[in-house]
Amino acid sequence: MSAYAVDVATLARKDVLLELRSRDTLPAMLLFVVSALVVFHFALPADASDRAEIGLFWIALIFTALLGLTRAFAAERDQGLLDGLVLAPVDRSAIWAAKVISVVVFLALAEAVALPAYALFFQPVGWQLVAAVALADVGIASIGALVAAMAVASRSRELLLPLLFLPLAIPVVIGGVGASVSENPASFLGFLGLYDAVFAILAWASFEYVVTE
Amino acid sequence: MIRARAIQKRFGDKRVLQGIDLDVPEGEFLLVTGRNGAGKTTLLRLLAGLAAPTRGELEVSVERGQIGYLTHEPLVYRELTALENLDLYGRLYRVPDRRERTGMLLERFGLWESRTERAGTYSRGMLQRLALCRTFLHDPVLLLLDEPFAALDDQGADLLQDELAGGRTVVVAAHDPARFATLATARLALT
Repeated sequence: MSAYAVDVATLARKDVLLELRSRDTLPAMLLFVVSALVVFHFALPADASDRAEIGLFWIALIFTALLGLTRAFAAERDQGLLDGLVLAPVDRSAIWAAKVISVVVFLALAEAVALPAYALFFQPVGWQLVAAVALADVGIASIGALVAAMAVASRSRELLLPLLFLPLAIPVVIGGVGASVSENPASFLGFLGLYDAVFAILAWASFEYVVTE
Repeated sequence: MIRARAIQKRFGDKRVLQGIDLDVPEGEFLLVTGRNGAGKTTLLRLLAGLAAPTRGELEVSVERGQIGYLTHEPLVYRELTALENLDLYGRLYRVPDRRERTGMLLERFGLWESRTERAGTYSRGMLQRLALCRTFLHDPVLLLLDEPFAALDDQGADLLQDELAGGRTVVVAAHDPARFATLATARLALT
């Protein structure tokens, strides 16, 4: 394994361990996504279209991710720890890559509950939805970890994170809903894959400038 | 090792540092004094590369991984144990014989017995000792220390004093210069 991969694995392991100890983020994400799906179940009329149901599922997913991203740099922000990581002789993008991995892990765990809940309240879950969710997770975590780091440096971080993240997440909703309801899901899945690649490269390349002055 | 010419640092309209010139050769122990808000912490952040000067030239001929930086925050994760924190930094700094070095420092700074307790349960003084273990873990060439004696008891202060007498290049910011009277080879008073 390369030194870069070892650094990423070390930092990602630390993030997962912190969550296992503090249990701050994942329970909140699980509670939110299930609650949102329950509310949508009762709010929608019985004859609501598939598109409306899947659209609301994706909205629940995006806001669940936002909840996780709000906490992504909580330990570093509260205890000034970003300085400690930035001073270490590791490629600074390794900090971003580790956050991406931990956010994907937390999102996947939330979705492991959200997808069966969606099947229970609305309609069966097809492979297209599972594939779209998996691709969306990578894009959400890639751009989300970058904007979460930007927000940490700001005094109005609670406001800045949703303002930066939600507009950037619109293509994820378009691709996710399209892949789930379209007769040609491959093109929407390809769109999500392209989104992942573009934003992962942009975030990876620009993270260093976000965490240094 | 450090060369600064007319460095200035501003935060918006507020001027924190103005016209600072510095020459710190290898092995020098520079004591930086000044009242609260004089810019001591900002100067150390500039030297660590955590911030950039607004104006002026600053050269620090030490690689990032060879700097030991101690600040007001201990820079340790409160949810991790002392051992886990030092293991994390040891991996990131690629410290050879990481476990032996960690054990030696924990023993030396009196934290061995509490090594498996989470840092969040430590007293302020114990956190400062853990922060010192983190600072010395990778055997840094350049030490940047901000009020290193804060919260340390007499025993901890003596241990630190011994470590600082090792001939490293040190820049230390302090309110109380008496502690460093025998160590300091140069002084900078910020106004």
